Amino acid sequence: MNNHWQILVVDDEEVMCESLAAWLREDGYQVDTAASGHEAIEKTRLRDYAIYFVDLKMPGGMDGIEAMMQIRRLRPEASIIIITAYATVDTAITAMKEGAQEYIVKPCNPEEISLLVNRIIKVKNLQRENTILRKKLNRQYVVHDIVTKNARMHEILELCREVASLRSTVLIQGESGTGKEMIARAIHNSGDRAPKPMISVSCAALAETLLESELFGSEKGAFTGADQQKRGKFEMADGGTIFLDEIGDISPKLQVDLLRVLQERCFYRVGGSQEVHVDVRVIAATHVNLQQAVADGKFRDDLYYRLNVIEIRIPPLRERREDIPLLARHFLERLAHELGKDIRDISEGALKLLMDYNWPGNVRELENTVERAMVTCKNHVLTEESFAFLAMNGLAGKAWTAPAGMTLQEMEKVLIVGTLQRTNGNIKESASILGIDRSTLYEKIKRYEIPR
Amino acid sequence: MKYLYVASSPEVSREDRRIVGDSVAGEFGLPVREMEIPAVDFAYDAGRRQHGSIAVLEMVARLCPDDAGKLLAVTDRDLFVPVLTFVFGHAQLGGRAGVISLARLRQEFYGLPPNREVLKERAAKEALHETGHMFGLVHCADRSCAMSLATNVRHIDTKQAAFCAQCGAWLRREPRK
Repeated sequence: MNNHWQILVVDDEEVMCESLAAWLREDGYQVDTAASGHEAIEKTRLRDYAIYFVDLKMPGGMDGIEAMMQIRRLRPEASIIIITAYATVDTAITAMKEGAQEYIVKPCNPEEISLLVNRIIKVKNLQRENTILRKKLNRQYVVHDIVTKNARMHEILELCREVASLRSTVLIQGESGTGKEMIARAIHNSGDRAPKPMISVSCAALAETLLESELFGSEKGAFTGADQQKRGKFEMADGGTIFLDEIGDISPKLQVDLLRVLQERCFYRVGGSQEVHVDVRVIAATHVNLQQAVADGKFRDDLYYRLNVIEIRIPPLRERREDIPLLARHFLERLAHELGKDIRDISEGALKLLMDYNWPGNVRELENTVERAMVTCKNHVLTEESFAFLAMNGLAGKAWTAPAGMTLQEMEKVLIVGTLQRTNGNIKESASILGIDRSTLYEKIKRYEIPR
Repeated sequence: MKYLYVASSPEVSREDRRIVGDSVAGEFGLPVREMEIPAVDFAYDAGRRQHGSIAVLEMVARLCPDDAGKLLAVTDRDLFVPVLTFVFGHAQLGGRAGVISLARLRQEFYGLPPNREVLKERAAKEALHETGHMFGLVHCADRSCAMSLATNVRHIDTKQAAFCAQCGAWLRREPRK
């Protein structure tokens, strides 16, 4: 997995620079070169290099030690190896004192340089694995962990940063798999409440009475089996955040109880008569349209307005397709470490296939898809064949999930609308996919009053 | 029709060139042709008492015939790149030119009696390795694979004169240039 680590070779002698870069490229590393300390600093601002080879003696007002010190300020975690043709004990001591990881004399023995880089990469792989495992263990996501280049997502992330330290309730709406809990954790971990816990509760997973005791706790003897007092999630989250997932699924009674907590910041344990006061920030999430649920009388409007102080709507993956290659490569890199597989990239053809897919399960489905492709992949690159199962899934899903009671005409309308969406309204392409001529398609669009 | 050329400088015997040619024949999907190239004395560095492989590689690239998919040169001179004390060989990664040196593959370099069989085996492995680089292969983590990085003859002796399954599959997929 060498290609995940980028190396910068800094030497004013082009032949030295290029020969070391070529040697390292043969080992599979991505290597850039810089002819001066200043160029190295510029490149460091643009890319995250893991290892630097820096020549000690360079002209232009910045020698290797000075360049190293500036690089270390920008990238404290990078490993810097000082190379020199003039070895003296003094320069070696200075270099090591200023933070060089190694000091080598050129020309170097190929074995020495290869062992050195392997050793550094081994440590870096372990450090990265450790970070991933820690994050996974604590789910310590912060805003910059969210991978996106979509403008709407950037607005959302900016909003997350702005509201992180407020106490205001946040309502996150988005389809299943869009990362609602990740956004909630990013808000929690970016704010003043980060040192305190964030407690997650899936409201859809529990029956009403169970959910009530889960949220508010219970007194001893409150119900059969309550043999001791139990703290609820609200108490556990005191000083921190409670994340109420699938809030749209809670019963009318719990809606009233929750409204009281939001208004009064206090509640009663099940079977209790003493008020419990808490300082908890509430972040709620739902995949259903709560505004519609209010209009239908299924969700209390006063609770809706209490929850909806700050509203975040996460777009589905199909509305931010530019993130698909970015996310796919992000998952590939992370999973390569987790699965211990030397898979280095995704082919352009495979990315196109992923871009064309509709992703009803959103980012979670994309992650699972990349993992499934990696498990069966025998090469260093995921290709279209690696994702062949995706087309089968898509066909199977579409072929067998037609809702009961749908007429043939309704089905035809759905198919035309779906095809037009996939082709961004391209009539010629849609007609070709549907196997009809353009005039027939125009006629059907008119007949079914499909907006364009 | 493209060929994989194996070229030798004058100090290399035809027999040694043939050994190298035979080792790469059939491995890369290109028929092998042999040719001669001029001496590489111009690349001599008196300070290091070695020959610079970058200059040699530039000459090899210039001498590539039109029908050469790749050209692997064989020399008996000890090669170096400026940053390293020596190299067994050098190739343009994904390019057309490569060179291997027999100097450090010989037992006599290490003060031992000559051994033709050992030299043949080592030359075959280095020829596969550098030609693999020309086809875009990078170093392989499988220490028995011809593409694993060998920085001393002990490691050359322990690896196989063949590619591992992954590198072999990569070569089969790679379109011939």
